[in-house]
Amino acid sequence: MNVKILFFAGLREALGTGSESVTLPAGVGTVGALRDHLAARGAPWSALATTKNLRSAVNQQMVGPDAAVKPGDEVAFFPPVTGG
Amino acid sequence: MSVSVREADFDAGAEIAALSAGRDDVGAVASFVGLVRADKAAAEVGAGATAAVQAMTLEHYPGMTEKALEAIVVEARGRWDIYGVRVIHRVGKLQPGDRIVFVAVASAHRGEAFAACEFIMDYLKTRAPFWKKEDTAEGGRWVDARESDDHAAGRWEGAQK
Repeated sequence: MNVKILFFAGLREALGTGSESVTLPAGVGTVGALRDHLAARGAPWSALATTKNLRSAVNQQMVGPDAAVKPGDEVAFFPPVTGG
Repeated sequence: MSVSVREADFDAGAEIAALSAGRDDVGAVASFVGLVRADKAAAEVGAGATAAVQAMTLEHYPGMTEKALEAIVVEARGRWDIYGVRVIHRVGKLQPGDRIVFVAVASAHRGEAFAACEFIMDYLKTRAPFWKKEDTAEGGRWVDARESDDHAAGRWEGAQK
C-alpha cells in the first residue's frame, strides 16, 4: 500500500507537481524521514529541504517531523499558511 | 453549517442576522471581515518594493481546510460560552477590495463574542491551510507568513478567557 503525498503553494510550483504516490522505503517511518528521502532525489526535490519553516500534515492533521507515517496515509508538505 | 470554504462572496449583514434569528438569548454578535488590500507596506514586500497587488489567488488544501476550521470553532466553543459561530473563507481569484474572510460569533455578552471572534481569526491565520499568491506588475509572488501572526495566536496558548 502506498503513501499519497501532496504539495501546496510555492512548494507545489517549485516541484512542478501537486501530488504523487510512493511506496514507503524500508526505514522511512516518520514525516521527517520521508521529507529527507524525497529531498535526496536532488533538484528540484531539494526544495523540500530548503523551504523555510516547511510544514507537514498526516491525514489532514498538522504534525511535526517526528510524526509516524504508515502505508495508506495521506502526507502533505507546504509552506507556512497565509490565509485570513 | 458553521464553516464554509467557497469561491462565492458573502453578505455579512445576512450572516450576522442569521446568528440570532429565531432566538432571544443572543445579546451580542461580534464580527470580522477581511479584505484584499491593494497596497503592501514596503516592510512586507522588501526594501524598495512597492508593487501594488492587482489580484490575489487563494489556494487551499480541500478536506483539511474544513477540518482545521471546524477544530478551531470547537476549541473556541470550549473556551467561551458562545451560542453560534459562522466562518466563511473564500478561495480562488480575488481583486483588491474583495472580501476574503468572515467570522462572526454570537453570545449573551460582548466580552465573550469579541474574544472568541479574535481567537478564531488568530488561529485561522496560523492553522488553516490557505496560501495567498499576489499578482503584481512584476509577476506573481507567494505571500510570506508573518511572525506577528504567530505571536497573535501564541497569546491564547494556555490562556483561559
